[in-house]
Amino acid sequence: MVPVFYIFAALTIIAALSVILQRTPVYSALSLIVVLCSLAVLYVSLGAKFLAVIQVIVYAGAIMVLFVLVIMLLNAGRERHTEGSRLARWLGVPLLAAFLVEILSVIWNGLSSGAVAPPAPDAGPAAVGALLFRHYVLPFEVTSILILVAILGAVVLAKKQL
Amino acid sequence: MVPLSHYIALSAILFVIGAAGFIFRRNIITVFMCIELMLNAVNLAFMAFSRFRGNLDGQLFVFFVIVVAAAEAAVGLALIISLYRSRDTLAIDELDSMKL
Repeated sequence: MVPVFYIFAALTIIAALSVILQRTPVYSALSLIVVLCSLAVLYVSLGAKFLAVIQVIVYAGAIMVLFVLVIMLLNAGRERHTEGSRLARWLGVPLLAAFLVEILSVIWNGLSSGAVAPPAPDAGPAAVGALLFRHYVLPFEVTSILILVAILGAVVLAKKQL
Repeated sequence: MVPLSHYIALSAILFVIGAAGFIFRRNIITVFMCIELMLNAVNLAFMAFSRFRGNLDGQLFVFFVIVVAAAEAAVGLALIISLYRSRDTLAIDELDSMKL
């Protein structure tokens, strides 16, 4: 189990770097699919079988199909290099580096690495569904309204004349 | 078993990579994909905390985040299509006015 984590953690980081370093959006989208699938493997290593399947079907499947479809529809080619990002470069690099150092130091000091994991809870569809429909039934219903609004919004926004 | 701190460190690194892409990239679709990357980094943290606390609540949060991300992707990509129709560009440097 231990080498699986490090192999897929490295794969995730490499693919995530590829997402932001590729200049063509289709390559970024394909790298993002690799990130999502290797995160699904990490979810399996954490014992979350159901969410791993959902991750692959919904995220790497449905959502990324939507992305690739829009990239092809809009014929998005290589992005041009502009000078508008100079402020972002001068301000962004130190801020992001400070953020990363800060958060890693908090993790290093705050989370003792000797914490023993309790026995893994059963995370199959039955257990997740029981919790979802008993304890989290109100958020679930609110989610249905959210999806309805999202469908209507997508149809209205993508119509020919706005 | 891999310690919790390694999962959270991976999550933090992924989040910073996503934030870097959000700041540095100039294509609106790529920026949108970097937002998805940051959402997934947070999902990994939820999942790791859920496992190390020994209950399923964190996994339910991940479930809801995935649902919201799906809705967000649908609406956001519709917005991008609508923007492209009216401005004929995807570069965020040129999308800097509030009105047509």
